[in-house]
Amino acid sequence: MSFMNWIDERFPATKVWNEHLAQYYAPKNFNFWYYFGSLAMLVLVLQIVTGVWLAMLYKPSAADAFASVEYIMRDVDYGWLLRYLHSTGASAFFLVIYLHMFRGLIYGSYRKPRELLWIIGVIIYLAMMATAFMGYLLPWGQMSYWGAQVIVNLFAAVPFGIGEPLSIWIRGDYVISDATLNRFFALHFLLPFVLAALVFIHIVALHKVGSNNPDGIEIKKNKDENGIPKDGIPFHPYYSVKDIVGVGVFLIFFTAVIFFWPDFGGLFLEPPNFEPANPLKTPDHIAPVWYFTPFYAMLRAVPPMFNSQFPGVLVMFAAILVFFFLPWLDRSPVKSIRYKGMLFKVPVAIFVISFVVLAWLGMQPSTPVKTLLAQIFTALYFAFFLLMPFYSKMDKTKPVPERVTK
Amino acid sequence: MSAEGVDLKKRRFLTATTAVIGAVGVGFAAVPFIASWNPSERAKALGAPEEADISKLEPGGLLRVKWRGKVCWVVNRTEQNLADLKTLDGELADPNSDVETQQPPYCKNPTRSIKPEYGVLVGICTHLGCSPTYRPDVAPADLGADWKGGFFCPCHGSRFDLAGRVYKGVPAPTNLVVPPHQYLSEDVILIGVDGGAA
Amino acid sequence: MRKLIAVITLALMPLAGIAASGGHELHQANIDLNNQAAIQRGAKMFVNYCMGCHSAKYVRYKLFTEVGLSEDDIKNNLIFTGGKVGDLMTIAMPEDDAAKWFGAPAPDLTLTARIRHGGADWIYSYLKGFYVDSSRPMGVNNTVFPNVGMPHVLWELQGVQKPVYKYEAHHDGHAVASFDSEAEADAYVKEHGEGYRLERMVEGLEMERPGSLTPAEYDQVARDLATYLTYISEPIKLERQRMGVWVVLFLIVFTVIAYLMKKEWWKDVH
Repeated sequence: MSFMNWIDERFPATKVWNEHLAQYYAPKNFNFWYYFGSLAMLVLVLQIVTGVWLAMLYKPSAADAFASVEYIMRDVDYGWLLRYLHSTGASAFFLVIYLHMFRGLIYGSYRKPRELLWIIGVIIYLAMMATAFMGYLLPWGQMSYWGAQVIVNLFAAVPFGIGEPLSIWIRGDYVISDATLNRFFALHFLLPFVLAALVFIHIVALHKVGSNNPDGIEIKKNKDENGIPKDGIPFHPYYSVKDIVGVGVFLIFFTAVIFFWPDFGGLFLEPPNFEPANPLKTPDHIAPVWYFTPFYAMLRAVPPMFNSQFPGVLVMFAAILVFFFLPWLDRSPVKSIRYKGMLFKVPVAIFVISFVVLAWLGMQPSTPVKTLLAQIFTALYFAFFLLMPFYSKMDKTKPVPERVTK
Repeated sequence: MSAEGVDLKKRRFLTATTAVIGAVGVGFAAVPFIASWNPSERAKALGAPEEADISKLEPGGLLRVKWRGKVCWVVNRTEQNLADLKTLDGELADPNSDVETQQPPYCKNPTRSIKPEYGVLVGICTHLGCSPTYRPDVAPADLGADWKGGFFCPCHGSRFDLAGRVYKGVPAPTNLVVPPHQYLSEDVILIGVDGGAA
Repeated sequence: MRKLIAVITLALMPLAGIAASGGHELHQANIDLNNQAAIQRGAKMFVNYCMGCHSAKYVRYKLFTEVGLSEDDIKNNLIFTGGKVGDLMTIAMPEDDAAKWFGAPAPDLTLTARIRHGGADWIYSYLKGFYVDSSRPMGVNNTVFPNVGMPHVLWELQGVQKPVYKYEAHHDGHAVASFDSEAEADAYVKEHGEGYRLERMVEGLEMERPGSLTPAEYDQVARDLATYLTYISEPIKLERQRMGVWVVLFLIVFTVIAYLMKKEWWKDVH
């Protein structure tokens, strides 16, 4: 091992390996929901690698962008695979992150001492949304163009005379144009590396406080004579081998979509986006990609007030920002849903249904009935968060065992 | 943690098998990334063999054709030119075209061509990549009395004869490249692809 | 987990269907991308009848070497401009001219099958859906693309179709009654008064003057073109599916072995 000694005297390789893998003790009762953290990292790496490769082939200009995507799809060896990997990867990333966040929600992973861990996670989510939004403009199809047009116009709703100049500044033009595409491309290339840095910070914070688990029990409270948590097992090899199985299962589904349903019924690649951007003609029906639609539905649910669309914009951003406050909204004496009562389980169910229904509504052309539905589910969405201090306190909880259960 | 029921041999075998299959998988996954660097269909289309119509090429004239982004010359040498070529051997670095990379086998002959009168050459100096100028004039003032017509590179003064053979004592190390080519008919040369048995 | 997947699937299912716009029902084209002869015939129809106005500018002629044509076949039968096999299928007509003549530039058709809901079925139905309508600048209208600006380029082959109308009384955007004669419908609408409106709908098409092809032969032409346009919209499709089978099988093997390995390691954990 003299080679490792040589390294270790200059770089703490063995120390890092032990502290974060071989002697990092994770609760032994992780279940299905605990795969999505490592899967999110996998998808991030995949997006960065395929993205860098696509950037070698793509042309970020209004005149060439659309044709360069078709060039990638047709003329480049395996270019179609790189592109489908990236487009499907974007959807997979959000799916995995939504499941990862849901895990945190049901097992109380945001509770003390993991508040900061949760907040860093929400920042990652915001950075992801920004990255995805800018990336969606790049194919320069009709949906790309008009989706960006609508979302950037949201900024125009900011009052006090700030909005209009702000939206023009973001676009660098009076409409979405070559200038916008060029800057979105640069930022879409940069942000994933910011994202990677944030993920690093997220993991540093995680390893400071240790992982939560489906029982919501702090395993560090029960240590044996060597100072090792009795309910902990070393992350490596136990969770490294377990996560490999998770990666295998994930890749089966992921590659099945890529090779057999890359459009996913118009959900991952929308039909109007196969038509080049045309500033003179809006498609009949525009909707953002599925992972943004819950928030889009909320935006449309709020009627203009004081001659301004701004309240809707506020509601939309509030729907995301409210996640930041979750650690302080939950007043339950227990963390995990396993020991919470109906007064928590029912609101969680309502929240999930609201999110899914809003996602669906966000893809539909609006009708009076659908707008009403969107308003109801927007209210339920916010009620879940804003009423949490009350119902989580009133909830009848079950006693939490001393040690984790199987 | 205890060792009961643990079969270390089986564990080692399965771990090794997973690692090997995983490595094979990573190898497959690398294929699209590596393959995407190959010349694309566009590059191939742009680099496709180029036809040159020589029906209007007069003796002593030069035709320029672009192939793979490079200029190619078709030079129609006169009887006098062909006679002159034979007299130059002593002044040339490689009169017999012994450097095999510079021409296809079927052009390793005194005129470096399929038909003696028509020379096909890549018009890029083998020194640093400038394009030499066509100087068919005999004994001009600037090139000296011994000049029997040929190509002169303005960048660093390399000299080639009308078969693209490089003179001794100039910067360029080798003869000009003869690209693969074939005659589709009397009047049409296809540059960029060998004609098999020429 | 299975429940979750089921819930997600159910939640997402309606989306695919809903996006399809209403209007005329589409005919089933029943295309087969493995049918290389159909793609070849479609390509020939395309360069002869469509490429006067429409390009397929992301496709190289060379693509058809993938469906059984040799480079010489392509040169002799598909390229009329003296271009090369590696050239893109572009056209000379400037977009502005097209816009002047037809009201809109003739769109590039490379991706039509991926843009239009129904894909091949839409194209097939569109090609069969032209009918005489003197109110339109080109004298024709279309059942699946109302008020289309394009003339019926294939009319000499198909013949001329005239529409069979039905007349509907509409109230609040819904049809409440349907009639064969305009007079009856008009009377109904007048009788009900406020909020009722007469709508003339194309119920079906009738051959007025037969073309040089029989209806079955023309269907074949439309199907060939639909097959061809579907093929060029994503030429890699069949190969991608073939490859996918091996990728997924490989990953299943990997996952099974990895699972056995995981089980072996986890025997330590009690």
